[in-house]
Amino acid sequence: MTGEVGRYLAMGGYALFVWPAYGVALAVLGGLAWQSWRRYRASSNMLERLQRELRTRP
Amino acid sequence: MITRLANPARFMRFSAAALPWCGWSAAAVIALGLYLALVVAPPDYQQGETVRIMYIHVPAAWMALSIYLFMAVASAVALVWRHPLAEIAAAASAPIGAAFTFVCLATGSLWGRPMWGAWWVWDARLTSVLVLFFLYLGYIALVNAFDEPGRGARAGSVLALAGVVNLPIVKFSVDWWNTLHQPASVVRLGGPKIDVAMLIPLLVMATGFSLLFLALTMLRMRTALNERKALAMRLNRMPGPARPAERERLAPAGPAMRRGA
Repeated sequence: MTGEVGRYLAMGGYALFVWPAYGVALAVLGGLAWQSWRRYRASSNMLERLQRELRTRP
Repeated sequence: MITRLANPARFMRFSAAALPWCGWSAAAVIALGLYLALVVAPPDYQQGETVRIMYIHVPAAWMALSIYLFMAVASAVALVWRHPLAEIAAAASAPIGAAFTFVCLATGSLWGRPMWGAWWVWDARLTSVLVLFFLYLGYIALVNAFDEPGRGARAGSVLALAGVVNLPIVKFSVDWWNTLHQPASVVRLGGPKIDVAMLIPLLVMATGFSLLFLALTMLRMRTALNERKALAMRLNRMPGPARPAERERLAPAGPAMRRGA
């Protein structure tokens, strides 16, 4: 790759180290955030269902 | 403020309001930090562009240490005052601390290869951070190894407190031993030894990571409170004379948690 963008992406020849470092951080922290959100939604839905059942079947 | 929030129902109300603010500001500050780190900050005169790894690596290391400290303080509060919210806070923060420690180790490895010529060396700093990572994993495994949430949390709290001894070892390893890892250049006696053009992106990223930690801790605490409440409701519906005692044993939540949060 040439041009200004290509030179930027090459990171002075260290592209193979700089970009994976940012990639790992994004994958791990983003993955944790996504997993936390999914589990929160699941727990809220479960609680709502239980509360609804409790109201309809005393 | 802490004692006011230390009631699960109040925590649920407070966190419902604070969580979106915390989450979105974390995303905004991290986005700004990424722009500063990847575009604005200059390359290092010795390390070239690899210095950009620092803007992830160093704040992640700070988070790894401070989250452990948070976890240990929450564990101490849980052990001394038997407060259910404190043990929930400790357990909620552990996976976040483990994630930041992993990011610190992985980015350090990716930085070490071009600068030191090795992915990994057994020097005191790297080894003590690896021990920190295993302490997080051990804590998570221990807390989840019991059927009763309360017993797991108490065992975990003891482990978290015992592991505190590792924190000064991590921090001062670069001074006490002759390590390949460089000594501190920001948090040191006599002020930071790093150029402002690099210090600002570093601090912005650290602020973003801290906000992310706050948001994820609140989110995971809310999840744990929901799950405990659902467990208590399920046990409540079960027939049989032995059930009330069983319920108390499995979900020692206290009246505040059952009163709809």
